[in-house]
Amino acid sequence: MFGFLTLRRGRDRLDMTDWIAFGFLGFGVVLMLGPVLWLALSSFKTEAALQEYPPKLLPLAPQFVEVEGFETALQRFRVVAGEHAGRELAQVRRVGLNAQMIDPANPDERLNVHINDREPVRAVRIASENYTGLFTRFNFLLYFWNSTFITVAATILTVLFNSMAAFALAKYRFTGRTAVFLLIIATLMIPPTVTLVPLFLVVSQMGLINSPWAVIWPAIATPTGVFLLRQYMLTIPDDLLDAARMDNASEWRVYWKIVLPLSAPALAVLIIFSVMWRWNEFLWPLIVLNRSEVFTLQLALNSFQGELQTAWSSLLAMTVLTLLPITLVFAFLQKFITQGIAQSGVK
Amino acid sequence: MAAIVRALYEGAFNLFEKPMQMLQYSLGAHRMAWVFLLPNLLIFGLFTYLPILLNVWYAGTSGDRILLGERDWTGAANFATLLDCGSYLDPNTCRRDLFWRAVHNTGWFVVLQVGFMILLSLIAALILNRNIPLKGFFRAVFFYPVLLSPVVVALIWKWILQRNGVLNAGLDWAGMPTVNWLLDPSWAFFWIVFVSIWANMGFYVLILLAGLQSIPSDVYEAAEMDGTPAWRSLLRITLPLLTPTLLVVMVLSLIRAVQAFDEIYVLTGGGPGSATTLLIQYIYDVGFATRPRQFGLAAAASLLMAGVLLVLTLLQLAATRKRAEDG
Amino acid sequence: MRKTLAVSALALMAAGATQAQELRFMCYQDGAECDAWAEAFQSFEAENPGTTVVVDVVPYQAIIESLPIQLEVGEGPDLARITDYGGLARFLLDVRPMVSDPDLIEARYGPSLAWARVGDNAPDGIYNIVDQLTATGGFANATLFEQAGVEMPGPGASWADWAEASRAVRDATGVDFAMAIDRTGHRFAAPAMSFGAALFNDEGEALVIDDGFRSFSEQFVAWHEDGTLARDVWAGAGGGTYQDAAGEFINANLVMYYSGSWQIGRFGRDIGDAFDWVATGAVCGPAACTGMPGGAGIVGLNRTEHPEAVAKLMEFVARDDIQAQVLAQTRNLPANAELQANGIAYQDVTPEVAAALTAFAASVPDFSDTAYALQGYQFNRAVYTNIPARLTQAIVGELSLDDALARLEQDVADAIAEAR
Repeated sequence: MFGFLTLRRGRDRLDMTDWIAFGFLGFGVVLMLGPVLWLALSSFKTEAALQEYPPKLLPLAPQFVEVEGFETALQRFRVVAGEHAGRELAQVRRVGLNAQMIDPANPDERLNVHINDREPVRAVRIASENYTGLFTRFNFLLYFWNSTFITVAATILTVLFNSMAAFALAKYRFTGRTAVFLLIIATLMIPPTVTLVPLFLVVSQMGLINSPWAVIWPAIATPTGVFLLRQYMLTIPDDLLDAARMDNASEWRVYWKIVLPLSAPALAVLIIFSVMWRWNEFLWPLIVLNRSEVFTLQLALNSFQGELQTAWSSLLAMTVLTLLPITLVFAFLQKFITQGIAQSGVK
Repeated sequence: MAAIVRALYEGAFNLFEKPMQMLQYSLGAHRMAWVFLLPNLLIFGLFTYLPILLNVWYAGTSGDRILLGERDWTGAANFATLLDCGSYLDPNTCRRDLFWRAVHNTGWFVVLQVGFMILLSLIAALILNRNIPLKGFFRAVFFYPVLLSPVVVALIWKWILQRNGVLNAGLDWAGMPTVNWLLDPSWAFFWIVFVSIWANMGFYVLILLAGLQSIPSDVYEAAEMDGTPAWRSLLRITLPLLTPTLLVVMVLSLIRAVQAFDEIYVLTGGGPGSATTLLIQYIYDVGFATRPRQFGLAAAASLLMAGVLLVLTLLQLAATRKRAEDG
Repeated sequence: MRKTLAVSALALMAAGATQAQELRFMCYQDGAECDAWAEAFQSFEAENPGTTVVVDVVPYQAIIESLPIQLEVGEGPDLARITDYGGLARFLLDVRPMVSDPDLIEARYGPSLAWARVGDNAPDGIYNIVDQLTATGGFANATLFEQAGVEMPGPGASWADWAEASRAVRDATGVDFAMAIDRTGHRFAAPAMSFGAALFNDEGEALVIDDGFRSFSEQFVAWHEDGTLARDVWAGAGGGTYQDAAGEFINANLVMYYSGSWQIGRFGRDIGDAFDWVATGAVCGPAACTGMPGGAGIVGLNRTEHPEAVAKLMEFVARDDIQAQVLAQTRNLPANAELQANGIAYQDVTPEVAAALTAFAASVPDFSDTAYALQGYQFNRAVYTNIPARLTQAIVGELSLDDALARLEQDVADAIAEAR
């Protein structure tokens, strides 16, 4: 019964373990993706529709009809009870508990309907203004560029510095190695929320406030990245490195040409993490970036949150937009997670 | 695209090769370890260790100012306040009862969350590592919640869990009694564990997936040829060879569970009452959310937490080191 | 040739430095406040060539968490739109010596100017121009009352009247909730004062748990136990987390909702024609009929390098015509006495919204002195966030009410002691 967890099979016939695996996957898809899809659908709802209880799956909007003799379009209702049950009418006005309605085909006759006897006619309507509004409201492309610059610069430096440190910790024996390793791990213990203020003091002393480098520099030495890469590099056989050294390869060449390619799966994971962290980072940029020309997308997104009210429709649309680029990055990079030692070979 | 990446990769190699070779000649191959470590350690020193040292200073001072010179040195007073308890098992007897309620909650949260998180992400990673159709899609599905911001995660789950939410609508439809999920302390606690696993599982699945790539497939082929049962090769081959990666997952998930905050804070606000208030929320509440800020107390609480975490992590490292000499 | 060019370039730059001034305005918005100000500042820039105003729209969280930290290390913008006047008092710029007519500003904004005159600030200083006065008060779903056939309590009705009537309506119509109050000490304070809470001791320090405070707290917990108040709002969260019940009201699931004037615009938009709703005005207790004032305002910051320009901008912001123009767009209540007396021609509002705005504006002058004192109290945020944290514990049964109130008093005292 544990078979479905281990073997990569290439058989033609599905056996029980495959069914269990697909059951798990199917359940996972519903649980993991369902809420996300709903988020995407909701980003097309109007603010009023988002407030609705119980929540509806599709973005529905009330329907209106132009009736002769009325300047504005009238809302359509279906009458479900009482004298006019079954008819579809347009509402002229509501007075207290009574709605004055007319049949659009016969606009002269006024009908009285109790408000509980009618239901609004609704149809799917995409509130695309949630999206178009974002582009007129602020300089979307500038923020997009700022976010991209920070993400790319920080990710390149993160991967470079972390993999160098991980290489040193995994493949050299030197005094102080354990101490350095523990020192790096130990930095995970202090929650970032708490070091925010002292870090701000440091960064402001360096004069980096309102510069994208204020976000980049503190972010690139991630203990998680060093730890992850170091553990992965431990599994690379030392023989490969020694063989290269026999051929007079420099340490730099060993690192760059042998260890890095062999660590591709872990590097891909770290790149995905780094892109995600920097792209989604909010609290730290909020504190060090406060001029709109250096704003990132996350800061703009969160500016929809006021003290007393939040503009959810815009916030959701913006969330969906900011998710698209990292989705692409993930789709591209996840392929590299399959390149194990066996496949990538040694050159 | 691939060609550009390759060219950049080669270019970067050539750019650094000469200076690194010179360094190697002058220092010797053995000291190159420190050269490789240096950039990372410099950044760490400036942007991580320095702030942590400042944090230690905060913990020994009082006042609502953030400039060090404007704060009064009080020594261990903040620690004494936090640890002032009649009985550590009953938060009501403590001077700072909410801190101890948070400690208790966090303890339970960590035990439940870390256990289920590791188990579920291991299963998911093993399945996603097979040659299944649509592999990329399934991987994306499990990873996607990690990409969402805490505010959005909480919003989605509020839609689902609120009194008139999706879950209750479903239960109602199925003829089952509905529950006001976030108003009942036990259920609220269950849901913060659930939602935090939901939101973070993809992170560990990805790390485990990468780890699984380091296991050569010929090991399995040999095992299969010998007729080794699948469950035995899982226990005898996969898990031991995965130990270095499992250690990453265990250490990170423990630390991140103790420091869990964002999604939970937005989802329940720590309620009902203080039923889901975790440590970081307490630290955030006293140090940042309420005014005047009590930075010193927040810093002291964070150091106490870091101390406990450090001990737990060292135990984890020691345990795996014993089992697999390489850990 | 080259030399003269360099010299003239230098001269040009020097001239530019004295003339061209860029003011940074850090702004958050609940609706369209920042957008409206950005538009209004165009005419300021036209009147003052060489001065430009850049509006940086930020999340409210940036105002609350990041602005104070920036200011403490000497960073930050020239102006900001804030709510925590007490907490930021020592960073605010007194523009009185630099404006042309301080007495006019005093006459227009007197009560709200006092909110920033705390700590070491000058007792006659001009630090803030409130552009969004808020008042707490109730909303009622008139259609539900009509359906239930229950008469709606009129002006001057008490909390007990409203509780009884709302319960009757809830039971008759089958909606989920009779009453709800936003989860913050700011909203809780108004009924507590109406029940006789003095809040302050003789030295002017909060928070005093007296008989008035205790009696409303008891009533408050009892109303949660018998279901008069929606448990979801207060018991559904913890700590000092803010939570409102606007969604329930919009969905006609709540009979009476105690919130504040800032909900009016949202109700107008999201309720539309679904049902009739009215603002109840202040609700009374045994001791008083007061609500809580509040509001966001624009302040100059004393770290600025262009205090004169900031003062000029503040005077511009305070002008009657500018306030009228901006508030017509943002649909907020004026803090400006002239506009309070004459009213504002709000743009595109339904009669319901206009009536509610009027009702709230009319209730403001009757608010008690204690209410204004609390709003102007330097440490009022310690009161606002600790009240929900502790009272919720009493509601869900983690603490007895006596213990909760004792802890509350201690929490506020601890926080204030930290700043002394």
